[in-house]
Amino acid sequence: MMFVRLSAAIAALSLMSGAAMAQAAKPTDPQIAHIAYTAGVIDITAAKQAISKASNKDVKAFAQDMVRDHEAVNKQALDLVKKLNVTPQDNDTSKTLSKQASDKLAELAKLSGPAYDKAYVANEVAYHKAVNSALETQLIPSATNAELKGLLQTGLKIFQGHQQHAEHVAANLK
Amino acid sequence: MLSRRHLVAAALLLVGAMAVPAHAATIQVVMENLVVSPAEISAKVGDTIEWVNKDVFVHTATARNGDFDVMMPAKKTVTSVLKKPGTIEYYCRFHPNMKAVLVVAP
Repeated sequence: MMFVRLSAAIAALSLMSGAAMAQAAKPTDPQIAHIAYTAGVIDITAAKQAISKASNKDVKAFAQDMVRDHEAVNKQALDLVKKLNVTPQDNDTSKTLSKQASDKLAELAKLSGPAYDKAYVANEVAYHKAVNSALETQLIPSATNAELKGLLQTGLKIFQGHQQHAEHVAANLK
Repeated sequence: MLSRRHLVAAALLLVGAMAVPAHAATIQVVMENLVVSPAEISAKVGDTIEWVNKDVFVHTATARNGDFDVMMPAKKTVTSVLKKPGTIEYYCRFHPNMKAVLVVAP
């Protein structure tokens, strides 16, 4: 049932149908690893788009921070699944996340100048908020492996910083 | 009267004393799990700070007053020598929640 909360938080990111939220079971460690990794890849992809499209220097610098930190976390995640001999397992939450992200990317691609900067940063605030809430209420409590749990906790800490940073950048854009 | 040799020796001693303060120390500051410890540390001008980054993230130790800006690659240790006295607040530019204070005595 907790899984519904995760999907609901993620759904708040953008408009979507309820079909992908049907999953109700508690995620397993291989699923959690997949969700966390996917969430990281999404933010890296969005940041790379921002590095080439953003006009504001603070927005560009923020995007560079996102690439650096999320790549570092994902590298840790890959090292960990390798060490634990776990194969990350694709699942409905990962699929929903990816679908929403590619829609958002296409939407942002149509914007330019200050309108793009504003939309990218606003999405970063919402995205980190959703991911952090999912980590806190769903992924961390569900993780059974201590090392995976630890990595998710470090992730939460760093992503909370990203959320604050994004909120700060957003406030300065107004 | 001092001989020429004595003068040279005295001059060398003086230069030596100026270049290497008698009690120059090496002080360790560790960045781990996005926390700087110790959060407050006392040092003297001429001391060396050994910045140990145990995280997989790149961190910086950036003085708010502009006195220093040290970049620490992930899982690396770098050193820097304190050049100016003062109470210096510093933070990580990439993770501004990481904050600490360095009190540098003259």
